[in-house]
Amino acid sequence: MSRTIIPFGPQHPVLPEPLHLKLVVEDETIVEAIPALGYVHRGLETLASIRDYNQMVYIVERVCGICSCIHAMCYCQGLETMMNVEVPSRAKYLRVIWSELHRIHSHLLWLGLFADGFGFESLFMQFWKIRERVMDINEATAGNRVVISVNVVGGVRRDLDKTQQRWILDELDKLEKELRQLMKTMLDDYTVKKRTVGVGVLTAEQAIQLGAVGPTLRGSGVAQDARQLGYAAFDELDFEPVTSPEGDSWARSKVRFMETLQSMDIVRQAISRLPDTELAAKVPGKPTGEVVCRVEQPRGELLYYLKGNGSKNMERVRIRTPTFANIPPLLAMLPGAQLADVPIAALTIDPCISCTER
Amino acid sequence: MGLLENWINKGRLKSPWVVHFDCGSCNGCDIEVLACLTPVFDVERFGIINVGNPKHADVLLVTGTVNHRNKKVLKNIYDQMPDPKAVIAIGACGTSGGVFRECYNVVGGVDQVIPVDVYVPGCPAKPDAIIDGVVTALDVVKAKLGLGEMPKVTVID
Repeated sequence: MSRTIIPFGPQHPVLPEPLHLKLVVEDETIVEAIPALGYVHRGLETLASIRDYNQMVYIVERVCGICSCIHAMCYCQGLETMMNVEVPSRAKYLRVIWSELHRIHSHLLWLGLFADGFGFESLFMQFWKIRERVMDINEATAGNRVVISVNVVGGVRRDLDKTQQRWILDELDKLEKELRQLMKTMLDDYTVKKRTVGVGVLTAEQAIQLGAVGPTLRGSGVAQDARQLGYAAFDELDFEPVTSPEGDSWARSKVRFMETLQSMDIVRQAISRLPDTELAAKVPGKPTGEVVCRVEQPRGELLYYLKGNGSKNMERVRIRTPTFANIPPLLAMLPGAQLADVPIAALTIDPCISCTER
Repeated sequence: MGLLENWINKGRLKSPWVVHFDCGSCNGCDIEVLACLTPVFDVERFGIINVGNPKHADVLLVTGTVNHRNKKVLKNIYDQMPDPKAVIAIGACGTSGGVFRECYNVVGGVDQVIPVDVYVPGCPAKPDAIIDGVVTALDVVKAKLGLGEMPKVTVID
């Protein structure tokens, strides 16, 4: 049968971002997928030579607006390791709280977009309605909805007082109740399962071999989560990586749904154990040496390589984002799938192109 | 002005359709544009509908800096939109390049490539500000049709 090439993107109604795949199809079955990237490349790693290491915190927050807090956290933790700064324990717990709030809003955003991807618009609206409440928590505690800018090298810049802590706990209880009402529709509905079960299957061996990270990996039954490294205060909190063995789109959506509930639990634990110390430690001197720092983003494992040369500018800031690691697994999922299932399968890796291309 | 034309203009101003283009943004402004559509802000009550085809749209929302690869795409989308049209640059990046203005692959604000009518500042711009920007853009469309005055430049502190 003759082969045709169908472009998917860069402007596609399912994705707000320019992801471009060239799909080689035979009839309506995908034979091969070829990615083309570079539409949102800015080259922000070079700004390290212009901005000093404290100003770079604001730049790395804008690598990706959805998980900005976690990017800044990773960068700050890397510099703190390099400069031997002991971060106060209250700052570690506050970092956990804000990063988990970011994970909740990112997963809710994805669940909404995924519902929109298979044409269930009212479910999309429900998830985004819940998400707005998390944005309100961000705005009330940090002053901005998306880029909250709480991390500095050596600690955090904002505190949560007792009233705010109680309010966050109240809001989370209400959110969890509302979210649990949507669980049946998202994971058990006949029509939804028709679109998600068995679409974009990735086996555990393939996932490990191709270097999948985050929910894409855990959706194939591999219990690996960078939070188990115990950075910030995660070593003192109880949680288990959420996994699901099926490896299809349904499994990945289940992992993300359960992780949202898990993150709410982590925030509760962190608030109940919040110690009473300073917010930030003094940072002496200039960064010298090399360091690699890993954290868990909503999309998977994020890696920063930092190199300092004793001046106020970093010599190199290298960022490896989870979507970059998840593109080879996506290309492995697509062959054999129907053309109509491509948006669903592409969405399940939660592509963040602005992270990938920076 | 004919009766039909009158009727079309009325519809144009009552229900502006927007097309959103991500032009190298960090996603912060993109998700705020999407948040405008959701129940809390709900722009559909003003008749504002997000469409995927530039040929159906009256207003172009651009988020993010322009870079060397996508400036042609942006120009192309702008050229495909029917007149009268308005362009809104959203966020610090869309207005001037923002924190990325010194990067090697960044051309600058959206106005380096296409004419911009309304600037919505903020990093990221809040949904309330974006809705205000679209409503201001309607006055621009109205002025372009010769039905009103061009809105004056306002600076909000």
